[in-house]
Amino acid sequence: MATPVMDKVEAAAAASPYITATFRIRRFNPEISDESTWEDFQVEIDPKERVLDALHKIKWELDGSLTFRRSCAHGICGSDAMRINGKNRLACKTLIKDINPEKPITVEAIKGLTVLKDLVVDMEPFFQAYRDVMPFLVTEGNEPTRERLQSPEDRERFDDTTKCILCAACTSSCPVFWNDGQYFGPAAIVNAHRFIFDSRDEAGEQRLEILNDRDGVWRCRTTFNCTDACPRGIEVTKAIQEVKRALITRRF
Amino acid sequence: MSADTTAATGATDDVTLYDVDNPAPLIEAPRKRTKKTPKATRGNFEMYGWLFMRLSGIVLVVLVLGHLLIQLVLDGGVSKIGFAFVAGRWASPWWQAWDLVMLWLAMLHGANGLRTIINDYAERDNTRFWLKMLLYTATVFTVLLGTLVIFTFDPNIR
Repeated sequence: MATPVMDKVEAAAAASPYITATFRIRRFNPEISDESTWEDFQVEIDPKERVLDALHKIKWELDGSLTFRRSCAHGICGSDAMRINGKNRLACKTLIKDINPEKPITVEAIKGLTVLKDLVVDMEPFFQAYRDVMPFLVTEGNEPTRERLQSPEDRERFDDTTKCILCAACTSSCPVFWNDGQYFGPAAIVNAHRFIFDSRDEAGEQRLEILNDRDGVWRCRTTFNCTDACPRGIEVTKAIQEVKRALITRRF
Repeated sequence: MSADTTAATGATDDVTLYDVDNPAPLIEAPRKRTKKTPKATRGNFEMYGWLFMRLSGIVLVVLVLGHLLIQLVLDGGVSKIGFAFVAGRWASPWWQAWDLVMLWLAMLHGANGLRTIINDYAERDNTRFWLKMLLYTATVFTVLLGTLVIFTFDPNIR
């Protein structure tokens, strides 16, 4: 009874955990061509590693010209949002074993923003929309001499939307944003929601007015792409609907 | 100098159009503040449009399903429909009002929906403008013609 178990353990230990995965990466270099092309890379890698590790391996060992953003590499900074197998994800939070490494894994830049090189996009329009909703605490009157206290219930009201890391995975998965890029996008609305429902903030009216505009919340088609894409699990579409409800109920 | 010249000729002979000094043009970023960027508006039009779609949708479910039931299923089905049947129904103000409300709600609901689709899918401002003009013309024409017919219907017409 004991012998076969021993054999199995030894066999598993002897077998290499490494597999050969193909990464099909959409390359774009404006200094070579105005067209982007798909390029395949074969990587020997442990499937329990992340897509970001594979990208590192390609950049460090196969092709140093591969360009992508990453900072913390642990799902907090929001730099490495990219479209992996057709879905917006953070490369540093996607394990290779979870996305079927038997087939080529496609990696491309997030959509709807101008590609500068390979996987790097111009995030400026995204941050412009973010700045437009005034993502900072606005209050009137004198500053209190101590902290602005808040009850746990009041904090709970907007807890979900405080988790946003501004990776643009939601905004660049939104079909309405893809069209002309004038829509504020889910990320800006999520960050407006974070202050609109904050009991300490006093500029909720102004933010609602901004989001009531032609390119504000009313362009949301509730396709739930943003909720699916969010690497932090924020219920983005729900937040947008709550802003809609606030806009309607303040007048009716 | 000579090395520079050979490099330059090499670049022109090459099939690629772009190099380090002459990169491919980038697509203009969306939301970039240009002269053509429309100013922020302060109206509630989009909100009322959104609300209208929800409310008229609920009413239309009743109106349209009732209409289909009466026209196609009850009392002999579609074979009974003729000039006399329509004339008989429009003799009653109730059915006149039903059809009038259904016409207005359905046309405005459909027009607003198509306006949304045009806004979402039209790529150029010109295309968007002319598609919307076509839509508004068709809507106004249909609504006015339908209203005219309902109010001026003459059952004794020859």
